[in-house]
Amino acid sequence: MTIWPDISFQDRIDTSEFRIHERAHITVNDDSCRGCTTRECVVACPANLFVPTSDGGILFNYENCYECGTCYLVCNKEGAITWTYPEGGFGIVFHRT
Amino acid sequence: MTDADIIVVGAGPAGSCAAIAAARSGKRVVLIERGPFPGSKNMYGGVIYPRILDELIPQWFETAPIQRWVIRRSTMVLSDTGALNIDYRSNAWGQAPYNGATAYRPDFDNWLAQQAVAAGADLICSTTVTGLLRDDQGRVCGVSTDRPDGDLTASVVIACDGVNSFLAKQAGLYPNANADNYTLGVKETLSLSKHIIDERFGVRDNQGVDIEILGGTSGVNGGGFIYTNLDTIAVGVVLKLSKLSAQKKRPEDIIAELKRHPAIAPLVEGGEVVEYSAHLIPEAGLEMMPKMVADGLLIAGDAAALCLAAGIWLEGVNFAMASGMYAGQSASAAIDASNVSAASLKSYTNRLNETFVLQDHKKLRKIPHLVLSDRVQHRYPAFVTGVVERMFRVDNPTPKPGVRRIVREERKKAGIKLSELVRDALTGLKGFG
Repeated sequence: MTIWPDISFQDRIDTSEFRIHERAHITVNDDSCRGCTTRECVVACPANLFVPTSDGGILFNYENCYECGTCYLVCNKEGAITWTYPEGGFGIVFHRT
Repeated sequence: MTDADIIVVGAGPAGSCAAIAAARSGKRVVLIERGPFPGSKNMYGGVIYPRILDELIPQWFETAPIQRWVIRRSTMVLSDTGALNIDYRSNAWGQAPYNGATAYRPDFDNWLAQQAVAAGADLICSTTVTGLLRDDQGRVCGVSTDRPDGDLTASVVIACDGVNSFLAKQAGLYPNANADNYTLGVKETLSLSKHIIDERFGVRDNQGVDIEILGGTSGVNGGGFIYTNLDTIAVGVVLKLSKLSAQKKRPEDIIAELKRHPAIAPLVEGGEVVEYSAHLIPEAGLEMMPKMVADGLLIAGDAAALCLAAGIWLEGVNFAMASGMYAGQSASAAIDASNVSAASLKSYTNRLNETFVLQDHKKLRKIPHLVLSDRVQHRYPAFVTGVVERMFRVDNPTPKPGVRRIVREERKKAGIKLSELVRDALTGLKGFG
């Protein structure tokens, strides 16, 4: 029984404001990710930004990042995720949180 | 001459209170915020306890952008189909001197930062600090930023750069930054009319409710929360990072499941998601705290893991405001004494030790891990709700079983050893008692 309409993942993310900078503030090292079998980041990232590719790699979209830090903390591969904050004034902007 | 006496990194509650305290001591203060405005990077799980502000901002409650004053504080234990709710109401908490408040952090943090500006601090937004500057002796003497020619020098840097504190890590002060010590908080802000919120939660005017929830997190260790704003409510979950990835559950699916629970659904029904948010919480308290002092450097707020996650007590903004204030005062005193060495700045940790900031954490040091243990998370809720269900179920014509028998049988059914129960009860008594 659904008592209210479920929100799609994209609609959920679209409720947040992201001021997107051209520079990716997080990068993944494709070589490290290729050898990774556990892929904690794929499950844990609240924005669902880590997407496994058919050839065994990880595709990463930085645009809708909440800048929480979950990915680099759950990642067990040294150097797989390079994490910095976005340029000042860019990235997630909260309002009613 | 340095660009400032004190640079404060991060205009959250810790940074703004540090800046207010330092500016009031007559120091030249630069407060740097990476977001477009203070609070724009911040969210939380429900309640601010602002009375620590009495010292810095007398009558703060007249101007602070509060949504509702929390007059009902509930702790809810969920089983699969039932709920035990311990609900306390005090209408006195809705009047000065107040107790807890709900607020939108972007509003509250921005207001607090403007108090720092009013006290004389220079607030620079949209500027990300990228590292610490050190003099030839290795002492911290400023910060680098992402602005062109963006280096800024100061006698003391106060790092209030939040839970990920790259400054504390860069300074080598953070040995325990591993996933076991953090939780992920995700939250939906749901739109509901003020009238519906008042009716549903049994409150009036600007009275508010905070419900903390044990269980209902889809088997991932953590907890849930619901609290009221004026015309929105917030529902969210806090999830232990190491368990989240191990259990292969998505955070938003866990919120959805909590919202479907029969005890929760009637509270959140019809609420449209108007904002989704996520943030890390430094959950492990004293067990994970970094060194907070180095030559020319102090760490405060979430950056110093000063967040209390002790089950029935869940606080953070007050610890941030207090630690920031003491950091601002200690930095100012050290500058006045012309000695900003770690030894001189140690008055900061002394102050934290003398006050609730570290005293609460020391008293409750074993509680955060106990609260997130598998026993408290999975077996005790089944045990407690099982006992209460049988106490209030009337099985006529069968006569009532004795409470002792119910407790024994439900304990066994939940798979709890008496020795575990006694040990955890003692740990709890020692912490909470």
